[in-house]
Amino acid sequence: MENRFNAKSFIKTNAIWLVFIVEVIFFAIFSKGTFVSGSNMVNIMRQVSYYGIASVGMTFVILIAGIDLSIGSIITLVNMICAFMMVNMNWNMWIAILVSLIVAVLIGLLNGFMVATIGMPALIATFASQTVFEGLAFLITNGRPISGFTKTNPAINFFARWTLGPIPWCAILMAACFAVGSFILNRSYFGRYFYAIGGNEEAAELSGILVNKMKYLIYALSGFFAGLAGIVLLSRSGSAQTTVGKGLEFDVITCVVLGGVSVNGGIGRISGVIAGVLIIGSLTNGMILLNVSEYTQMVVKGLVLAAAVGLDCMSNKRKTN
Amino acid sequence: MSEDFVLELEHIRKEYPGVVALKDVTLQLRRGEILGLIGENGAGKSTLIKCCSGAVIPTSGKIKINGKEFDRMTPQLAAENGIAIIYQEFNNVKELSAAENMFLGRPIRKGITIDRKAMEAEAAKAFEQLRIKINPRELVKNLSVGYQQMIEIAKAVQQNAQVLIMDEPSAPLTNNEVESMFAVVELLRKKGVSIIYISHRLEEIFRLSDRIEVIRDGEYVDTLITPEATVDQLIRMMVGREMTQKFPPRPCCVDESKVVLELRDVCGNGDKNMSFKIHAGEVLGLGGLVGAGRTELAQVIFGAKPKDSGQILLNGKEINPKSPREAIDLGIAMLPEDRKRHGALLGVSIKNNINMPIYKRISKASVIDLGTEKGNAEKFRKEIQIKCPTINQQVKNLSGGNQQKVILGKWLAADSQLIIFDEPTRGIDVGAKYEIYKLINDLVAQGRAVLMISSEMEELIGMSDRIIVLAERQMTGELQKDQFDADTIMTLASAIVDQKEVS
Repeated sequence: MENRFNAKSFIKTNAIWLVFIVEVIFFAIFSKGTFVSGSNMVNIMRQVSYYGIASVGMTFVILIAGIDLSIGSIITLVNMICAFMMVNMNWNMWIAILVSLIVAVLIGLLNGFMVATIGMPALIATFASQTVFEGLAFLITNGRPISGFTKTNPAINFFARWTLGPIPWCAILMAACFAVGSFILNRSYFGRYFYAIGGNEEAAELSGILVNKMKYLIYALSGFFAGLAGIVLLSRSGSAQTTVGKGLEFDVITCVVLGGVSVNGGIGRISGVIAGVLIIGSLTNGMILLNVSEYTQMVVKGLVLAAAVGLDCMSNKRKTN
Repeated sequence: MSEDFVLELEHIRKEYPGVVALKDVTLQLRRGEILGLIGENGAGKSTLIKCCSGAVIPTSGKIKINGKEFDRMTPQLAAENGIAIIYQEFNNVKELSAAENMFLGRPIRKGITIDRKAMEAEAAKAFEQLRIKINPRELVKNLSVGYQQMIEIAKAVQQNAQVLIMDEPSAPLTNNEVESMFAVVELLRKKGVSIIYISHRLEEIFRLSDRIEVIRDGEYVDTLITPEATVDQLIRMMVGREMTQKFPPRPCCVDESKVVLELRDVCGNGDKNMSFKIHAGEVLGLGGLVGAGRTELAQVIFGAKPKDSGQILLNGKEINPKSPREAIDLGIAMLPEDRKRHGALLGVSIKNNINMPIYKRISKASVIDLGTEKGNAEKFRKEIQIKCPTINQQVKNLSGGNQQKVILGKWLAADSQLIIFDEPTRGIDVGAKYEIYKLINDLVAQGRAVLMISSEMEELIGMSDRIIVLAERQMTGELQKDQFDADTIMTLASAIVDQKEVS
């Protein structure tokens, strides 16, 4: 009995990794081995790194039962202004990156202001900033892409092109972000606060947590990680495009929710989110290898998001009944 | 049995898992009379009327309407048989007009469209019958609470209700509105409508009713003819239970020389002119009816709601907490009435709950000292005997009494000096209650001060060193231990004294 129970709970807590393994086997067979080749593995790492990084911030946001729809626009804007500063203003790359990240954090703080101080629903507040900053990113160059910075600032290649042995630096950066995220959630008191707020905002406030202050922090962190993801994406594409981040928030939300972070708040771990990122990353990559059209990919991803949230809500319903 | 009863409830019993809300209540309503129904908070008045409306299905007992017997009611049956209820909360839609609200859910139709004209005409007719002036087209959100209530009454009249049950109808109204409501009620009686009038305000009951029924602890006590009844008699019947040894003994440990908290003319959150002192080692009881402003006062002291004027002094120093965080750091704690909503973080472990207010104190550079965190939790688990397999268990899996202990543990960890209990034992079973009382005794023995809000008369008298009674958001009296008396407290809480003083 004891053993069976353990096996059951093991499967339950690690179901997400089993899904990942099944997925890898599936694509390995149908791509006739290409999927599991070394070069494709490195490819996947490059592809997942930017939304892996952004998913750390999104994890915090969803943990407190919020949502951040603005991160796609933050990524685009960071691409545009960082490239603009390097190319049109001839700034040093590191300063350009630093300023870009500050802008990303400021947008996060603006989201925090709307959600916490004004009390707007997170969905609408961040949707508004998504629209505003997508427009602003376009206005910087009137829609023209900016390129040429890879020659003047070859160090930008560090993020997505240079590798440590076979492993791209961006994957290492992503791993570092996951580590930081996990540390914040498990070892710092902020993590305890996040779970408390997600579980019950009123009780959290009455336990001495300054809920509004925490919301500012969380949306700022979400902005920061999105900004960092934007830099990696800029490095990877080698040119700044005004549409580069469009819709990325949905991929990131899918990763996070698939990773077991409850949309009702209060439940979730970084380890699950890592699995979620890997599943979505390999799904995208595998479908490209199998020549699945872009629109079919959208259908599949949408279904995955619905299934992940649906399972979460179903298990919630069962608990309350 | 030749009397003409329009509604009879016979031996109604209602059990919930673990609780008996109504033990055996009988009620007989004569045609065209106003029956006052009174009882303490939690006596079972609301449950009883819900049995009439079909919102609650009695476990046993019979309901007779005009002599016709029913085992149970449904909302539909109740409506068909002419029973209408005016709840404290109105079932109206603010964005719709008065007429539309009257016909909510059963509009007059012309084919597939709604016949607004006919509804407005019908509404105007009903309003006229009650001699109230409401424009049927006015949106309900623009009407005062008094008029909103009139619409509910008019709705009942329009539906030809024979029995009107009113649950604390005067509670949300201003004095003038109460007068117009009385006029309407009198009018309805003349038209032959039978009314059950529930109120805490005895003077209203005396003014309106023909007979008064008293229930206590879910049991029928007696029914009196109003002109023959007295206030004292009614209060005794409402409270009148024997005080048994339900409270652990406590030697007096009040240190009169040390004032922990002092309020000077504090106004805010709806409360007016609150002035009192709490000493070290003292349990100050805060009595009064629901809505008297007790929880509101606690929220102001705890920094959860702003203070408008006056001074709060903690250990002689003026404080001005703007958030619970500030209050906690000053040494103030609150155990809220609604444990599940405001008190414990149900989805979070016992360990994290206990450390929640002090995480900053046990962290270095925002990194938690895990040893201290665990040590704290284990310490208070032992000290206040929280029954749980491990401190990593989620609080939602604990019993009510243990949840309350976790919340108390959290405030002990924060080393609070002043602990506010809002209904400390609500929803907690008898055995666990005794333990909570023992813990309160320990707190004052350690020199802490306790402010205890309680609607349970026994608890208030059994646990307090001193009692302050509120009514209508004001202090109506202060009682020393030798003056404790349920009747006196009830009188103060019913604000009858207040009225005398004013006039």
